[in-house]
Amino acid sequence: MSKILENLRYSDSHEWVKLEGDIATVGITDYAQHALGSIVYVDMPEVGDEVSQGEDFGAVESVKAASDLISPVSGEVVEINEALEDEPELVNQDAFENWIMKVKISDPAEVEGLLDAAAYAKVCEE
Amino acid sequence: MEENLIKTCLHDRHVKLGALMSPFGGFDMPIQYKGITEEHNAVRHEVGVFDVSHMGEVRVKGPDAYKFVSHIFVNDVTGAPNGQIFYGMMCYENGGTVDDLLVYKVNDEEYFLVINASNIDKDVAWIKQNAEGFNVEITDQSPYYGEVAIQGPKAEETVENVLEIPVKDIAFYNFKTFPIDGEEVIVSRTGYTGEDGFEVYGSHEFTQKVWDKLMEAGVQPCGLGCRDTLRFEVGLPLYGDELSADITPIEASLSMFVKLDKPEFIGKEALAKQKAEGVKRRIIGIELEGNAIPRHGYPVEVDGKQIGEITTGYRSISTGKSVAMAMVDKPYDKLGTNVEVRIRKKTFPGVVVKKRFYDKSYKK
Repeated sequence: MSKILENLRYSDSHEWVKLEGDIATVGITDYAQHALGSIVYVDMPEVGDEVSQGEDFGAVESVKAASDLISPVSGEVVEINEALEDEPELVNQDAFENWIMKVKISDPAEVEGLLDAAAYAKVCEE
Repeated sequence: MEENLIKTCLHDRHVKLGALMSPFGGFDMPIQYKGITEEHNAVRHEVGVFDVSHMGEVRVKGPDAYKFVSHIFVNDVTGAPNGQIFYGMMCYENGGTVDDLLVYKVNDEEYFLVINASNIDKDVAWIKQNAEGFNVEITDQSPYYGEVAIQGPKAEETVENVLEIPVKDIAFYNFKTFPIDGEEVIVSRTGYTGEDGFEVYGSHEFTQKVWDKLMEAGVQPCGLGCRDTLRFEVGLPLYGDELSADITPIEASLSMFVKLDKPEFIGKEALAKQKAEGVKRRIIGIELEGNAIPRHGYPVEVDGKQIGEITTGYRSISTGKSVAMAMVDKPYDKLGTNVEVRIRKKTFPGVVVKKRFYDKSYKK
């Protein structure tokens, strides 16, 4: 059974968002890391890149396949998790602890429109 | 779609083992059990077993069998002792590849062909169509045979001790038949991993018994996921990636299996012309800088212009490097050529290398 944290927001493409002020921390969910299997590479955006809600901002790769990362928010990338460059498997170990990017968001209403934990749990059951 | 997938005789065992199942070549096949990396490493360093019952088997029998096999196969089986196996291709008149296959020589009047699962119907139709005028009987035995591949440095002791089949004396690319439980079982020293190993062909019942014995002995079951990473690392082609109706064996850098000094075979004229004039494009290896992973279909570029595309790519499990096989235009096929591979929005620098990323450890 995959772990889902109560205090986060989710996209139906299995990214999570934690909002603190106008900074959104974004990662992939435990469900997603489990479905992908061993992660061998995380293709991250660069600091300063603009990301848009619903558009890809990178990819997570397992041995077999690449899966696009879809941004749940719009804004400017202010930080990426550089630890993942050398140790992408950290995402498998704890997908919520090991975030991928931090975004200075341009539209807080976008976060309000994301799924809450209960709604995301239903997505995972489908 | 899904309900039309064929199940191998080991299908229920894969499901019970909790394998991740996925369609491949019309079959519902196990991709992985424990994980691609663990299974890959089991084969490289110990032993693993694959269900390869999806592979097709065709028996060619009759007074013209030698003549016919010579006609449809680009490699040369002339003068081979009984029990020898040849790798090669069947080609169309234009040189494009029908399939790559193994040809087992039973004797001059009987050969056993092992073909790719995804090509069984196409191959059997093509073989029969080209048999006109030859005194041969062609039988598609794919529904009868189950097949397992036992691969890895401990394959020999596993087959000897667990299956109790004496295979020590079978040489590389040779086979023997054994009468077991009232049937003729075929065991060959072949595989698709770059390691020593055996492929065992028998009835469904026999194949199930073999599988169960290997599971009881604790042999790692391995899925098609690591079958692909293993064959890729040692530069072996997969039909659909490095070979196809549009790709000749010469373009696939497999000309060593095309015996142009043979008097005759289908596609000879086109392949001889291509060999003489030189190919316009060719499969090569690429080693990338950094950690991005090239995948099938990604563009290969030089100075911003596309000069080819990736056919198979991985982060090599054995070496940790991002490597690929790619079809590139000449003259960019030369070793040491600097190229860039487009991966999503960025390009990554790489260099053309030999398409063998890991050394084979065959027991010859």
